[in-house]
Amino acid sequence: MSAGQPPFDSPEISRLTPVLGPGHTYSSVTDKISAIVLTRPTSLGWYIGFLLAFSVFGVLNIAIGWLIMKGVGIWGINIPIGWGFAIVNFVWWIGIGHAGTLISAILFLLNQKWRTSINRFAEAMTLFAVACAGIFPLIHTGRPWYAFWMFPYPSVMGIWPQFRSPLIWDVFAVSTYGTVSLLFWFVGLIPDLATLRDRSTTKAKQIIYGMLAMGWRGSARHWHRYQSAYLLLAGLATPLVLSVHTVVSFDFSIAIVPGWHTTIFPPYFVAGAIYSGFAMVITIAIPLRKAYGLEDFITMRHLENMAKVMLATGLIVAYGYFFEFFMSLYSGNKFDVFLVHQRLHGPYAPFYYALILCNILIPQLLWFQKMRTNVVVLFLMSIVVNVGMWLERFVIIVISLTRDFMPSAWGRYSPTIWDWATFIGTMGMFVMLIFLFVRVLPAISIAEMRELVTETSEEHK
Amino acid sequence: MDDMRENDPIDGHRHHPEAHEATSHADNHSDEPALDSTVDEHSLDLAAVRAKLRETSGKHYWRTLEELAGDPHFEDLLHREFPRQASEWDETVDRRNFLKLAAASLAFAGISGCRKPEQLIVPYVKQPDGMILGKPQFYATAMAFGADAVGVLVESHEGRPTHIAGNPDHPSSLGSTDVITQASVLNLYDPDRAQTVTNLGEIRTWSDFLKEAEALVATAKAQGGASFRILTGTVASPTLAAQIQNVLKQIPGAKWHQWEPAGSDGPREGSKLAFGRYVNTVYRPEKADIILSLDSDFLASGPGHIAYMKQFYRRRKLSEPSDTMNRLYVVEPTPSVTGSSADHRLPLRSSDVGQFARALASKLGLGGSGTLSPAAEKWLDAAAGDLEKNRGKSLVVAGEFQPAEVHALAHAINAALGNVGTTLYYTEPVEANPLNQLESFTGLCADMDAGKVSTLLIFGSNPVYDAPHDFDFTSKLQKVATSVLVSTHFDETAEYCKWHVAESHYLETWGDGRAFDGTVSVIQPLIAPLYHSRSAFEVLAAFTDKPGLTAYDAVRDRLKSSAPAADAEKFWRKTLNDGVVRDSAYAPISVAPKFSAANLPTAKAVPAGQLEFIFRPDANVHDGRYANNGWLQELARPVTKITWDNAALVSPRLAEKLALTQRAAARGGEHGQIVSNVIDISISSSNVTAAAWILPGQADDVVVLPLGYGRKNAGFTGTNKGFSAYVVRASTALWTVTAGTEAIKKTGHEYPLACTQYHFNMEGRKILATGTLAEYQKNPKFAHEGDEQPPKEMSLYKEFAYPGYAWGMAIDLNSCNGCNACVVACQSENNIAVVGKDQVMRGREMHWIRIDRYYSAQTPTNDPSTTEGDALDNPETFFQPVPCQQCENAPCEQVCPVGATAHSAEGLNDMVYNRCVGTRYCSNNCPYKVRRFNFLRFQDWETPSLKLLRNPEVTVRSRGVMEKCTYCVQRINNGRIEAEKQNRPIADGEIVTACESACPAQAIVFGNANDATSRVAKLKAQARSYAILGELNTRPRTTYLAAVRNPNPELEKA
Repeated sequence: MSAGQPPFDSPEISRLTPVLGPGHTYSSVTDKISAIVLTRPTSLGWYIGFLLAFSVFGVLNIAIGWLIMKGVGIWGINIPIGWGFAIVNFVWWIGIGHAGTLISAILFLLNQKWRTSINRFAEAMTLFAVACAGIFPLIHTGRPWYAFWMFPYPSVMGIWPQFRSPLIWDVFAVSTYGTVSLLFWFVGLIPDLATLRDRSTTKAKQIIYGMLAMGWRGSARHWHRYQSAYLLLAGLATPLVLSVHTVVSFDFSIAIVPGWHTTIFPPYFVAGAIYSGFAMVITIAIPLRKAYGLEDFITMRHLENMAKVMLATGLIVAYGYFFEFFMSLYSGNKFDVFLVHQRLHGPYAPFYYALILCNILIPQLLWFQKMRTNVVVLFLMSIVVNVGMWLERFVIIVISLTRDFMPSAWGRYSPTIWDWATFIGTMGMFVMLIFLFVRVLPAISIAEMRELVTETSEEHK
Repeated sequence: MDDMRENDPIDGHRHHPEAHEATSHADNHSDEPALDSTVDEHSLDLAAVRAKLRETSGKHYWRTLEELAGDPHFEDLLHREFPRQASEWDETVDRRNFLKLAAASLAFAGISGCRKPEQLIVPYVKQPDGMILGKPQFYATAMAFGADAVGVLVESHEGRPTHIAGNPDHPSSLGSTDVITQASVLNLYDPDRAQTVTNLGEIRTWSDFLKEAEALVATAKAQGGASFRILTGTVASPTLAAQIQNVLKQIPGAKWHQWEPAGSDGPREGSKLAFGRYVNTVYRPEKADIILSLDSDFLASGPGHIAYMKQFYRRRKLSEPSDTMNRLYVVEPTPSVTGSSADHRLPLRSSDVGQFARALASKLGLGGSGTLSPAAEKWLDAAAGDLEKNRGKSLVVAGEFQPAEVHALAHAINAALGNVGTTLYYTEPVEANPLNQLESFTGLCADMDAGKVSTLLIFGSNPVYDAPHDFDFTSKLQKVATSVLVSTHFDETAEYCKWHVAESHYLETWGDGRAFDGTVSVIQPLIAPLYHSRSAFEVLAAFTDKPGLTAYDAVRDRLKSSAPAADAEKFWRKTLNDGVVRDSAYAPISVAPKFSAANLPTAKAVPAGQLEFIFRPDANVHDGRYANNGWLQELARPVTKITWDNAALVSPRLAEKLALTQRAAARGGEHGQIVSNVIDISISSSNVTAAAWILPGQADDVVVLPLGYGRKNAGFTGTNKGFSAYVVRASTALWTVTAGTEAIKKTGHEYPLACTQYHFNMEGRKILATGTLAEYQKNPKFAHEGDEQPPKEMSLYKEFAYPGYAWGMAIDLNSCNGCNACVVACQSENNIAVVGKDQVMRGREMHWIRIDRYYSAQTPTNDPSTTEGDALDNPETFFQPVPCQQCENAPCEQVCPVGATAHSAEGLNDMVYNRCVGTRYCSNNCPYKVRRFNFLRFQDWETPSLKLLRNPEVTVRSRGVMEKCTYCVQRINNGRIEAEKQNRPIADGEIVTACESACPAQAIVFGNANDATSRVAKLKAQARSYAILGELNTRPRTTYLAAVRNPNPELEKA
């Protein structure tokens, strides 16, 4: 992976470009980051943004409430298209949830310093995305109140889940990923929570942050333990980044549906996940650094590195598309050949062309540094990639189901208002959680940034 | 009705249809009269009633209740018990009084519960000493339908009829059924049924009606009788006909008219034309090598069609390449079930069928002439040659909706071919009173218009809805002083009638009927009437001098003559047991032909380019009488696959000419929602707006207008569905109208139709294997050409041995004509929900077995409105029933996260509803897409009457669970229990699935594939046997036998 290892150094932004703006001291870093949470007054913009997101979150609640009252029939799914928006959104959100842990764990292990200022909120984003994703497999079941049967618990009936089903692997993969990501994030937060505790001015904040800081005093022993724990968790999280989407891709590749049953899915899903994950990090980082004046912490070098990761993973995804087609045609399997024809000429062809445009053609602009360093272009590009990755899942999941083996059973899918409400509702929930996170927790790791202060000042000597 | 009544049938004591007497209904009222007695002013009445009750005891009580009912106060009290008038509840009833009332009610209920059946009805298969709860009983009865009665065995659970199967001893059924018979059990429990007697919409008691009847008879007699009229449909019940005659005798001068909107005078008048009298024609398709149908759908409709189908397909069973088959030629304007399964099909306009018949007669040397197109001429030559080669072994069948001349010609042709006596014979008419119904009905309408009718009794007809529009029946009906309608629903006609009497369902009454060959069967009730309904017989009795005569007595009396007096009881029991009166079929008669084709005036050929509109009864709702039956509404029409609507059917060429199109909607698409153009049809000086449907294989310039839709007051299910073709049907053109192309105008509107299978292309996949007899003889394994069967070891999992039973199914595509009987049988057996048009349009219908229809024509697109290559002008059509394939390597089982679908040791792919969480992964992974999901709560859990309908042996699924065909696992287990009790293996044929049992063509065979001697194993061993998508290594237990057509080599050469 080319992440963080630019193939060439350009004069404007090279690896020598600092990942922390010049002139920062320990206290300036601490002040600046903790101020967002503790001292700066809550801006009107935050309130407006939060309320907007909160009302969209309300839509999600209404949509889920209605769903539980009436059943999944309020969605557009049918026979033969048993999975629609819910699973598309699930895979999409899980994909987005890949960047955080990747940045925190893999880049940490690879000792990529530039990860420091983006890892915290990338991890938070991961958690929120996994939370959004986790809603879907639960509510997409016909009887969500029995969804716990998918967990292996000792039931009096002596019944276990059916372990051959990829959905069970999914349950393990996603819940493990969620748990480890949460722990990793929380362990990383502990020194910062202690900082917030120490700087809190009100009793309530002191108590809350104090409890969350779990008695952190910053002793050498604490730091020693902390760093081994963090390293261990990073090591633990790293394979999970690869495994989650691999397992999610099994949901499809294990099935016999033409368009699902492909061995290329695991690597191509993982690459796609990182692709969309980085796109989402960029989507959030750009407004965030602008709104809170964090340009010194999230510098152009961060953005450019992330753009490079996007370009690289985008190319892997393009390779996946190509080989999916090639293998379908090369295999001579009539159902697979038909699928290619169906994607190019079937009733859903526009979606496929839009997918190619969003995921392959437009991101080629990232070859140019001018584009990579243009914040507006980068922001728009990240949105395009997110749309493209959503379309990819739609094409794979829904369109493959519309026309499989028996022509007599072919059908079509179109989402209902409740499909949209649920999808947009999870976006509201995601944004709402991001707003809350930014407001109550340090969006950038104070402790790690302080380390950077030493290192950058040494570099500058 | 009130709760007590609804719950009655569950009561173990009430399952016997003992309540056949007029008196018994009075006791049904008796449950609660005490309640009202204090509520209204006559509080003294309760005491009086009590006193009267105290005077009597036991059975006598019930005879005296009528006297009680005669008491004006008591009568009023009865009248007020109906909950519709619950407003009369008086709040002055305090706790003390309430308890008194409750006690009184209880006393009454107790009396009712002690009743024993007075007459015995005899179970057909198992005669238990006493009823064993949880064990169904099977009773033989019959469903009268037009000039036929279909013998059925009705499954009854604790007194609730739940499922209908054919009666093997009955000539009309031979053990199978059709869709309407299967679905008739739902009519019984239809919550929209009329429930009582009403006068101008106000509820009345039966005695009110009796009084009125007496007065009407007196007035009619005083007026000379001619003002008293009876209108019925076709009556084939000897007892009912005798009762009508009784009334006519009672009132000299009174007249009996008949009108069957979807029945044609063609066959009757044709026989009169041919033989000078009405005769009934009985076919024996089994004996015919060559059959030519002149627009006759004899395999799927008309008297005897179930038997005909059974006989016809006996001649199409192949086990060896050396086996022979019959050959079917069909000339017809629109693809019917019969035509779609023909070896040769020639689409001709309805009027050209007449020309064809004339040309055929002339070719066979009978004189006359007909004009045909060169292509049709060629086809005729081949068919005529074949018929001539097979003299005495051929059969020409004229269609019901063809005019009399075509029938007469068919009679003449059959006579000339020496078929009479071998492949068909003639009998006395099955109808009790055959007459020209159009004349009869026209006469009635004229008399009504002239004010000559003061009393009109209408039985089971709905003329306000279905009379020809030029009769303007509604306004004429308003000129009749007293009109009485006896019908199951408060329908369109009921709104204009003074009296309405709720008619009992055939499962609630005694009666009799004649089958298509004259065989008499006794209709025995399975359940006491659910509501205060009466049979036609009882209503007629009110107008005779014996108002108390019950149908039961009348039927028994009638049968007395059939057996020596000493054996009367035994004979009666045997008749009830068998469902038929032995040896009562009409003997063949020989009739002298009085007709010469040469003398037939030549018919003017309708010029090309003129449109021909033809009316046809709907395959499911018939003339509209079954419009409120959800099973029939949701059942996809055999050829069009449309549900919940009718549509004006046009040919692809005509569609192109008129620029009509249709497209799959984004929601549901090919499996659900097709958006079609709306057209305006102006014919017979009237017009109607209809959705157009492009139907491949329809004759050019023909527009089919299916009857039976556009009901305005059919009930919740049937009201305002589709369009009413009756609106443009005139008495002068009942079946065929010709008009210029300007008769159709595209309106620019679109209408969504619920169509369950729009994609008719097989896309080059071997889903349905077909061949010709010659191909089969040359290469018996033709169905396996190009097969890719992966080796058995190619699995991650260990091979499972099935040491015991290995249930399997073989479906012979050579015998399937898509008649749908299996679909409804399955729906009834397995408590399958009806989901409604909206849900069907979303692709969510629930049928466990579906019938796929494919055209063998390969078209570049699936759009029938383009006629590229003329592929769709007359495509070969094939049908394929697809239930769960019960794969041994089931893709669904593998992916279920909770193990809700698992494999049984006998190879069944079991579905555990309790365990299902509803991920739908199994359905996604099912290559056959046979799984059905409860997306919403599709089952009706509230309507009390529908609770009685359900099969207690099958779980009623709620929302959120997957379901699918189980091979009728409940029947398998019943068979196993029986066999294990007797310590023997389950015999072949002992377990019959619902679909197998219903199939008249015996296309479906179920059994133990491990037993090499079983029928199913033998079929599976045939060279024609193949598995759908066998290359996926799913190893389905349901396998198919390739369809083989038997084309005439002469026509093939062309």
